[in-house]
Parts: sequence; C-alpha cells; structure tokens
Amino acid sequence: MPEPLLDIRNLRIEATSYPPGEPPRHVVLVDDVSVSVEKGKVLGLIGESGAGKSTIGLSAMSFGRGGVRLTAGQILLNGRDIRTAPVSELRKLRGSEVTYVAQSAAAAFNPARKLMEQVIETSLAHGVMPKAEAEARARSLFRQLGLPNPDTFGDRYPHQVSGGQLQRAMTAMALCPKPDLVIFDEPTTALDVTTQIDVLAAIKRAIHETGVAALYITHDLAVVAQVADDILVLRHGKKVEYGTTDHIINRPEQAYTQALVSVRSIEHEEKPAAKPVLTVANVTARYRGTHFDVLKNVSVDVAPGQTLAIVGESGSGKSTLARAITGLLPPTSGRITFDGRDLSRDLAGRTKDDLRELQMIYQMADVAMNPRQTIGTIIGRPLEFYFGLRGEAKRKRIQELLDQIEMGKGFESRYPAELSGGQKQRVCIARALAAKPKLIICDEVTSALDPLVADGILKLLLELQAQQQVAYLFITHDLATVKAIADKIAVMFKGEVRRYGSKTDVLTPPFDDYTDLLLSSVPEMRLGWLEEVLAHRKMESAGN
Amino acid sequence: MHPVLKLVAQRVALGLLLLLAVSAVIFLGVEALPGDTAQAILGQSATPQALANLREKMGLDQPALIRYFHWLGGILTGDLGKALTNGQDIAQAIGQRLGNTLFLAACAGVISVPLAILLGLVAARYNGRWPDKLISGITLSTISLPEFVAAYFVIYLLTQLIPIFNPVAMVFPGMGFWERLHAVALPVIVLVLVVLAHMMRMTRAAILNVMQSAYIETAELKGLSPMQVIWRHAFPNAIAPIVSVVVLNLAYLVVGVVVVEVVFGYNALGQYLVDHVSKRDLPVVQAVGMIFAAVYIGLNILADVIAIVANPRLRHPR
Amino acid sequence: MKMPLSALIGLILTGLFLFVAIFAQWLAPYPIDAAVGGVWESPSATYWLGTDTIGRDILSRLIYGAQVTIFVAAASSVLAFSLGSILGFVAATQGGWVDQALSRLVDLVMAIPSLIIALVVLSVLPLNLTVLILVMGVLDATRVFRLSRAVAVDITVMDYVEAARLRGEGGGWIIFREILPNALSPLVAEFGLRFIFAVLFISTLSFLGLGIQPPLTDWGGMVKENKDALVYGKSAALMPALAIAALAISVNLVADWILSRTTSLKGGRGA
Repeated sequence: MPEPLLDIRNLRIEATSYPPGEPPRHVVLVDDVSVSVEKGKVLGLIGESGAGKSTIGLSAMSFGRGGVRLTAGQILLNGRDIRTAPVSELRKLRGSEVTYVAQSAAAAFNPARKLMEQVIETSLAHGVMPKAEAEARARSLFRQLGLPNPDTFGDRYPHQVSGGQLQRAMTAMALCPKPDLVIFDEPTTALDVTTQIDVLAAIKRAIHETGVAALYITHDLAVVAQVADDILVLRHGKKVEYGTTDHIINRPEQAYTQALVSVRSIEHEEKPAAKPVLTVANVTARYRGTHFDVLKNVSVDVAPGQTLAIVGESGSGKSTLARAITGLLPPTSGRITFDGRDLSRDLAGRTKDDLRELQMIYQMADVAMNPRQTIGTIIGRPLEFYFGLRGEAKRKRIQELLDQIEMGKGFESRYPAELSGGQKQRVCIARALAAKPKLIICDEVTSALDPLVADGILKLLLELQAQQQVAYLFITHDLATVKAIADKIAVMFKGEVRRYGSKTDVLTPPFDDYTDLLLSSVPEMRLGWLEEVLAHRKMESAGN
Repeated sequence: MHPVLKLVAQRVALGLLLLLAVSAVIFLGVEALPGDTAQAILGQSATPQALANLREKMGLDQPALIRYFHWLGGILTGDLGKALTNGQDIAQAIGQRLGNTLFLAACAGVISVPLAILLGLVAARYNGRWPDKLISGITLSTISLPEFVAAYFVIYLLTQLIPIFNPVAMVFPGMGFWERLHAVALPVIVLVLVVLAHMMRMTRAAILNVMQSAYIETAELKGLSPMQVIWRHAFPNAIAPIVSVVVLNLAYLVVGVVVVEVVFGYNALGQYLVDHVSKRDLPVVQAVGMIFAAVYIGLNILADVIAIVANPRLRHPR
Repeated sequence: MKMPLSALIGLILTGLFLFVAIFAQWLAPYPIDAAVGGVWESPSATYWLGTDTIGRDILSRLIYGAQVTIFVAAASSVLAFSLGSILGFVAATQGGWVDQALSRLVDLVMAIPSLIIALVVLSVLPLNLTVLILVMGVLDATRVFRLSRAVAVDITVMDYVEAARLRGEGGGWIIFREILPNALSPLVAEFGLRFIFAVLFISTLSFLGLGIQPPLTDWGGMVKENKDALVYGKSAALMPALAIAALAISVNLVADWILSRTTSLKGGRGA
C-alpha cells in the first residue's frame, strides 16, 4: 500500500463557546477519528449538521474556526505532522499543498477584487509559478470547468457572475496552484438542483484531469457517492462507518448508515381523484411596484385528504403561489375557491373560518415561533382564538396535540430555543392542527432538516393526513420528497405551471424538456448515476 | 449615464431638497411657534400701537410665506438681513467668525482623524486583548462627557495642575498663524477628545465587521501573511466605511464647536449664535442655524457619495 | 447569572443618584439659595464640597441640582420614548404612506443637529421647564423612532408575525404579544442611552444659559455660575461637572450590560 497523502490518526478537536451572559461552555467536536487519503483519491466526509465533518476537513490545513482547537492525535500531511506545526510553517502549506473550496463562494470571494487576481493570488504568493503562467493556467481551468468566455471570465468581479459560476471559479482558484489536496466543503449545497449537477460534474472532471486528491464534505450521501472513492460516515463527531463507496452505498453495516442509504424511500399510494377542497383558477400575481408577473395564469386544485406537491427551483414562483392563496399577496386576476366558497383576494376580507381552515407551516421553524412564547402558548393560542378554549380544556387539548406529534409530556412550559430542529417543526405542525384545518400549506417544511429528521416529519405528516383527512399543498424543490408524499404534482418554472396532473402521470414519460431536466437532476443513491444522466440530457441547466 | 454618477446625482439632489426643507423648518416652523419678534424687542410693556408700527417697519405684517421666499432669496444672494439688536449687517458679522470656526474645526479634524483611525486599527488588531480593552474603556468614559464638562477637566488639568496653557482662547485679526495655533490649542484638545471617541469606536467596528467576512477566512486559508490579508483583502473593503465614519464625525465636530467656543470665549460663529439666542435676535439665529445645518447636511452628503463611489457592486454593474 | 462588576457599580451609583434626587429636601444640609459662607471656599468639614461664586454650599446645590437635572432628563426621555416607540411601531406595522410620512419627517428633523434646532426654537419660546422638556423630548423622539421602527421591522418580517396575521390576530396582539416582548431588551438599553443624552443636553443648554433659569438650578447651570473659579485655581466648577460625568457613565455601564445580555431576536430566552 502506498504512503497516504493525508493520514489523520486519533484526531480530537475541542472548542470553547461564549454564549452571551452565560459562563463559557466547553465542547468536544471531534473524538478519536482516524482516516486517510491517498494521492489522487477522493474521500467523502458525510454526516448531519454538527457531525464535525467541516471541522475535520479544515484540520487537513491545521485550521480551526473561532475558538476551535485541535487538541490531540496526529495529522500527517506528506509524512509530517502538521497539527502542532508553527503558524509560519502552516502558512507555507495552506494555499499551496492544500486548498479550500467553501460552501458559499459568493461570500468567500473578495467583492473588491477581480476574479483573476484572486484565482492566481496563491500561485504568486507562494511562488508556485510566474504570473503569465498562472493566468494561462487559470484560463485553461475556467475552460475545463465549463465557464462561459474563459478568456475574459477573470476580468469580472464576483458580483457580476452567477452562484454556480462562482462555485466553479472557486474550484479553479483551489486547483490553480497545483495542490496535492483540495477540501470541498459542501460546494453544491447552496445551488439549485439543476445547477448542482453541472457543478458536480465539472468538479468531478477537474479532479480527474488534474489528478489531485480531495476531501469532499457533504450531508447528501447520493451526491458524495458520485465523486468519492472512499466514504467516512460521521455522527456527533465520531466515526460511524468507514469504507469504499461501493461498500457504504451497497453493503452498509451500521444501522445509521443503512438509514442514511434508505432515506427517502417512503412509499405512498396515490389516491383517486376527488372533488377539490381548494381550486386555484387562472391566478396571476405581481409584487407591488414591479412590472413583472411572478405568477402567470396558474390553475391547480387539491382534493380533501390529499396532497398536491408544487415543485420548482428558486424563482419558480412556488412560494409566491402560497402567498397568493393565503391572501398575503392579492392576485391581480383569477379566482381562489375554498370548500365551495370564493376566498377574498386579500387577507383583510377573509372570515375567521376561512383563516382557520387554511393553515400554514414554514421552512424555518426557528423563526416561525415567537422565541418569547412557551410551546403551550404557541399551540394554545389558536385553540383560544378560534374555539375559545380556556384553562383545563385548553391544557388537555394541548397535551392531545403534543401526543399527536409524538412529543409527549413536559413540553408545554418550554421555549422553542430548548428544542431540536425536528421538535420545533413538529410544534409548528401541532399549531396548524390546533385550528382543525381542511388544508395546510407546507412551504419547504423539510428542507432545513437533516435527512433522517426530515423523513420522520414526512411520515408524521402522512399519518396525520390518514387520521384527520387534512389536505396538503406541499411546496418543495426536492423531487424525492414529492415522490414520497404527493397525490398530484404541479411542476413550476418561471411563474408558470409547466406540467400538472396525478403523480403517476407527471412522473411518466414522455416529459417536456424542463421536467426532464428537473427529474434527471435529482441525485440517486447509486454509483455511476452522474455519468448516465449527463449522457442523455436534453436541456442545459436553467440557472447555472 | 453610469449608474454611479446617477446615484451620486440623485443623492446630491436629495441633499439639496433636504436643505430646502430645512430652510422651511428654520423659517416657517419658527414662525408657527408662539412668540413675536416685535414683542421680543419692545418687551411686555409695549403699547399695541408701537407693536403695530414696528411690525410694519420690519415687514412682519406680510404673510409668512412671502417673507420666507424673500428670506430664502436673500440667503442665495448673500444677503442675510440685519440683526434686530444692533442693526448690524449679518453677512458681514458672520464672515470673519465663520473663518475662525472653520479654523478651529479644521485643526481638530487634522489631529483627530489620523489618531482615531490609528487607534481604531490598533483596537481592532488586538480585539479583546488589553490594548483594545484599554482604548475602548477610555473612550467609553469620554463618550459620556458633554463638551463643556470635558473642557473644564482639560482646563483644570492644563492650566492649574500642569500650567502650560492660557484658559482663554483669544484670536483677533492680524494674528500670526503660529500665534493663532497656540491660542486655539486648548479648545482643539477638547474637541479632539470629544470627537475621537466616537470616531475611533466606529472605525474599530467597521474594521472588525470586515475582518469577520468569509473572504478574510479564504485569504487566511490561502496561506497569506497577516499583513497581506489586511492590505489586499481587508483594506479595500474597509476604506469606504471608515471614510464615511470620519466624515460623519466631522459633521458632529461642527456642532461640538458651538459649546467649546462659548467655554473658551472664542470669538466665532457658535459664540455669536448663542449670544443672539439669549438676545432673541431671530434673524441672526436663523441665518447662523442655516449655515450650521448646511455644513452638517453637506458633510452627510459627502459621506454617502464616498460610500457609493467606493462600492464595487455599483462601480462595476453586472 | 453573574453580574459583571462594572454593571454592579453602575447600578449602585445610578440608584444613589436617584435616591438623592428624590429625597433632596431632606438630604441637603443647607437651603438651595442661601449664601452661608465666603466666595469659593475650599472643601471643609462645614462645606464638604466648598462654596460657590456667591458663597452658597455646593453640596446642597448639587443635591437640589440632581433633582432638577434628573427630573427634566427623565421627563423628556419618557416623552421621547413614548412618542418615538409608539410611532415607530405604528410605522413598522402599518407600512405604506403612514410609514413614509413619519419616516421622512424624522429624516428632516434629524438632518439638522439637535442642538442647533433647540437653539433656534428656544430663541422664540419662553424658557421654562415645560418648554425645555417638550423641546428635548420631541427632538429625541426622532432617534427612538428610528430605533424602534428598525427593531420592529426586523421582527415583523419574522414568520411568527406572519403566522399571527394569517391566524387573523388584531394589531394589539401583534404589537404587544408578538413584537414587544422581542423588542424589549434593545429598547430598555436605548432608554438608558436616551436618558444620558437628555442629561447631557439639558446640562449643555443650561451651561449656555438657555436651560434651567434661576432660582432653580441644575448641574450645567452650576458649571456656568462657577466657571471663572478655575482661573483662580478653585475647584468649584469641577464638582457639578464631575456629577454630570459620574451620572452619565454609571447609566452607560448599566445600558451596556443590558445590551450585552440581549440575545438575538431569533432564539434564546434571555431577559
């Protein structure tokens, strides 16, 4: 076995945090992790938020953010231990031996300098190559990464190019000084799904063509399966499983890894068509003071106890549709009928029953609950407001709702900040249920959650639907979620409904070009998927 | 037209509009208040006839709006009218005094700006360590002092405990530059103290804000030295907020001057204003108030224009 | 939770000043306006802080001055606060032309330095306590308006406020139950800063001879009365100056502490 390029042995990482007004808190972020990367190989680091994957990634440069300290173990890079190396030594290897690609390239580029200056900066600062050679290399990398006008691309400023292009420019910046190892820290997470696939393919190609080794950090196992040779699964800063990609994806041994692999495999039978509870007919809307329709002639409907999924990328108008239905953005034309009666266009004109029967759950549960109200107040308020429940009756009903969301006793007097992400979202569901609604609008309710937690929320929503016959209008960019829970699907693109019908109809070919692009861009949990997709795509990605 | 030019033009136009509105507030707003100039001159015991005569003589019997436009026209042509108390031409009285005030403010600015930026840089560089704590602690206490309190502490210190200065700052025409400089040393020290704290704290905050950006981490991960990080990545982005902090505080300085002039008996615009407020000489107060407001608004426009010009997103549109 | 030493000192001193201001009549050893000693006597056992320009006891005048200074500052900051925060919240929750009109008006007032406006206005209005409190309160309300509007706008865009609107809640619930609890800590800290500002403002006006008029006295006026003492090496003017500085710094320390414990708007349960 050849000498590994990077060999991390029994690494321990600790940090001290200073919450305002409280004593400093000491935490262990990473405990006893060992992993290695050979020359030219790609190691995937995967885990939920807080698993310590980014922290381990940055340790390959012996760098700790804020108060993070690498306290024990060895980090051998090209045979020498860099954990305890002096800063002057580290400065030499950072940017030349090891480079870094951040999640948000938009924030990671200096807004005041041209892209070219920033891309070749390390090559010059470390004396890797003369300026002319570095610029030529940068241009060839731009070309390799599929950036438009590669010869003049570097003359632009960061804000003048799109997010997907910036992410590729950052990859070029990392590859330019011919490093031995590149750390990719969630490089595609912030991108739209159809853009993600292009950037992912570009990164994969560049890794292969330059022969560089890489650490690829992500929370999405399906993504890492496309690029990595080996995968390390992490949880709470500890190793769960470590093996080849084939081993992790096809024959996982640990229960946690198995759960990650089988995530989003919820099965759901499509229900037959029925008379709708909500009908949106020819709705067109625009924001005040603009001259551009964000919704164009949208018509969809939802049957009682069923789920309509609205799918689209950012800017498709899917969240705007929710605002139009709730009355927050009165449509300029079209009709919205709910339970047999016409709904007033704006919020002020709706009756208390209109409001009660149409509830909403948000993407960020954090900001959907008032941090100064207890869970009891948050769930209890709709009971009091709509049904006039007080005292013991209210308390009993709150507990009933808490039981329905599988949270049990003792939560009534707690504050949102004391709950986990999944629990917060459950409380938001309970608050919506408290109103006994006929329809709940779910706006990206699982996208901010880790995959396993998201799965739990989806299962809960399906159970509640079966029990209470509530209809969902489910807004999401994630097709896997759609497949899991929808009865009907509307695909939105640039404010229009591109494809609409029952789940089976929408997901059965022949597809229009956009739906094809969208469907094919969802990473699948198998090896070789990326190559297959790229081979037969009809349309270039929408946003870049 | 280039978008930066357009924004700058818009900002300047808005500033001029604001100045016009301010002139209306200073003239018409004051007219609307209870109180009467004629009564103020003649006192409570004046007969109605005397009052009416005086009003007619001063044009006070005309509608306020007409007098406003008359006044505004006068200001634009350099005619500020005559003082009620002694009939002196206001423009003439202001001329020399304005020079004195600007001299004082300029001296304070020349010292405080570089000092504040330097201290702000030091505090930001040693964020949370003792140099930062020391500088921040001292400035926190000077921030709590009104100008005249700071002035008396300085006077007590530098004329009584360590007697090196004269407590009265007399300047008169024909004085040499160095003489003049020595005469204003104490008021300048006070103004520097007062304005330095704000300027330094805001500079520190602006630099720290930039240093927390993700692109600074990128630069560190490129293995650049701290000086390279600061010069190549932090500085180009920090310059705009720092410049606007500086200009805003210069505007503040212009007001601080009023009190300091009174403390030191420095014969300039602020002293002139305060004197005539006590004498209820409205035309003088309005004219001088307008000048202070114009300088203040002008500096604020300058700060905004600098911020616009320094923004790469505006300079290089998509 | 442990309180930092600086905040504790600030709180104790602030409390002491308030106590002195409230019970001035019982605490002052000599009457406010009686010449009891020689001109500018040095501090002694009889006159703890010495005597002033016409032989009045400085300590007694400081104590009475505390009452006037703190009363005027408190009254004007309460006025500034009620006016500014209510209008700020209304502007933030109403939006539209109400917000536009109020915001532009405030821009206009804030475009002129407060001291200059005050001087212009006071050259016409009679100089009495009511006028001073009104002028200072209204001018300062513009700053409170800006802050409370900004804080409220940050909160109104939160999904929980939207959720309340979608539930059909009225303006009262939204302002008092959703917005106010989350805006409280920055506003309380702001009250401290506004109070300091008012103390400095009234002291400055009195120092210029345009604030509190005899026979009442306040600290700024006392500095003015005794300013010539310094030339003769007497400390009389320094005593009221020190009092102003001490009050301002102690309130500042408390406000700083409140601000630092303010947790973010999104989470946490502080205060």
